[in-house]
Amino acid sequence: MWKTIVRRVLVMIPQLFVLSLLIFILAKLMPGDPFTGLITPETDPARLEELRIQAGFYDPWYVQYYHWITNAFQGDFGRSYTYKIAVSTLIGERGLNTFWLSLLSAIFVYLIAIPLGVLAGRYQDSLLDKSITLYSFISYAIPTFVLSLIFVFIFGYKLMWFPTSGTVDVGADPGTMAYYWSKIYHLLLPAITYAILGTTAIIQYLRSEIIDAKTQDYVKTARSKGVPMRKIYTRHIFRNSLLPIAAFLGFTITGLLGGSIFIETIFGFPGMGQLFIHSIMSRDYSVITSLVMLYGFLTLLGSLLSDIIMSIVDPRIRID
Amino acid sequence: MEQHNNEIVKFDNSPPTGIQVVLREFKKDKVAMLSFFGITLLIVVILVASMFLNQEEILKIKLLERFTEPGVNGYRLGADEAGRDMLGQLVIGAKNSILIAFAITIITSVAGIALGIIMGYYGGFIDNLFMRIIDFFITLPSLMIIIVFVTIIPKYGVLELILIISLFQWMSTARLVRSKALSEGKRDYVNASKTMGTSNLAIMFKGILPNLSSILIVEVTLNFAGNVGIETGLSFLGFGLPPSTPSLGTLVNYATNPLVLSTKWWVWLPASILILILMLGINYVGQALRRAADAKQRMG
Repeated sequence: MWKTIVRRVLVMIPQLFVLSLLIFILAKLMPGDPFTGLITPETDPARLEELRIQAGFYDPWYVQYYHWITNAFQGDFGRSYTYKIAVSTLIGERGLNTFWLSLLSAIFVYLIAIPLGVLAGRYQDSLLDKSITLYSFISYAIPTFVLSLIFVFIFGYKLMWFPTSGTVDVGADPGTMAYYWSKIYHLLLPAITYAILGTTAIIQYLRSEIIDAKTQDYVKTARSKGVPMRKIYTRHIFRNSLLPIAAFLGFTITGLLGGSIFIETIFGFPGMGQLFIHSIMSRDYSVITSLVMLYGFLTLLGSLLSDIIMSIVDPRIRID
Repeated sequence: MEQHNNEIVKFDNSPPTGIQVVLREFKKDKVAMLSFFGITLLIVVILVASMFLNQEEILKIKLLERFTEPGVNGYRLGADEAGRDMLGQLVIGAKNSILIAFAITIITSVAGIALGIIMGYYGGFIDNLFMRIIDFFITLPSLMIIIVFVTIIPKYGVLELILIISLFQWMSTARLVRSKALSEGKRDYVNASKTMGTSNLAIMFKGILPNLSSILIVEVTLNFAGNVGIETGLSFLGFGLPPSTPSLGTLVNYATNPLVLSTKWWVWLPASILILILMLGINYVGQALRRAADAKQRMG
């Protein structure tokens, strides 16, 4: 068990190293340098040159890479020159918003997917099963931005059930119940949209697990003992089929991160995805590199998490 | 030993080659046939219609006709912020999106299939090396890196976009083909060919490849749908096609303006619906092909 985890983590290290190198090269290829944003008509070119030398701009690339990566390990990702604050503070603020959105979405994913998957598997080939399969097909095929726009249009602008941007009402006082409710209220529509798009894999997996389980010996044994069908589903099949679903948690996290760029742009939600798009538009390189690195790290972490849960659940895939 | 026998029995009873079976099964699925012909017809109509359109005339800015409503002044689908005809833009945008997705699909399929077969057939060092590379590429936050690439490339056009997207889309095909080629490479017919002195190249591409045709047609169809999604998504965010070349994504992008989104539905909704139809249709055909290719799921 531990061997598997340690080995998986060890594989991650070279991956992170290559990723950081790639991002560093990309950052070097971007036009301009960290001082471009500071230039004003009064800037003295000699002073700028001095700053560049001081910051190691003319050092060989491996020295620069070394400085960048060691600073990053100490939590220093440089300063954002559009927001004029430390990148770590900026990402911390936005990351928290994205975190709450992802958490709520993940909860909705499981709330929607588990009952649908179980029902589809239990009443296989019924009209219900067919509708659920159709739903999961549509949610799989529909692009994130199209569904989000249609939802904002219908529920935000036409029906006016939900706010169309921001994280909280401007008038709400921090700390009051109304403030927290307003926060959750702003999260609801993006989280539901997100969740609808993320259910496909879990529904299909759960459905086929349950269909497979129906013909298993332990179900037949329970049936011949006289256990009612309803109990077999809740006590036996459901428990067995549910465990592997936990392994999707890692992939759910990864999927949510990838989608956050679209969702946050459309719902005007100030999280990391929106920050990324804004930074690209304003050429805020220190923020861009930090965000790509962070997303790469979280993606790796998500797949690591899935592998670990999987190896706990299914001993066959452990490496010994 | 028993397993070995089973394999031979299965082999003897196996029906004609992969792709014929798939097509025969596919023809039985009425809804899939309908979506197949519907989507093909739609794509052909878009491609043909775009040939008769004068792109320059459509993209000319006519401020007087700003946000003309559908049906007024001969604008069947209305006009956008700059007075450009939406129907014409829709057709041109759809054409661009489809052709780009097509190009990406061809590039990534050829690369993925060739690499996958070589990995699966030779195994050993080559296989290990490329598996590491594939693992690395799969865990990349590819959407973000594509966006970064798009912003740093100085002379940026359609060809560059196709190549950048392709760079991050070949892995799943390669991995799938590799795993199939790996099991196929252990079959008797491959060993027989080797004994007879057939060249490796011939075994890989004349022996193994045709046997993978049924799963490949599924993979390619689903990838095509995926690539339509990626290109329109990038263009929607403003990092896809350059503004001079409209795509379905750029048309949907007008909806990021709350005024357009809430009151000028004709600017963004038709493009969204067209993307939706394309995605649903192509994916449906792909999944029906998958069902047809998988003996366990056949409808009979």
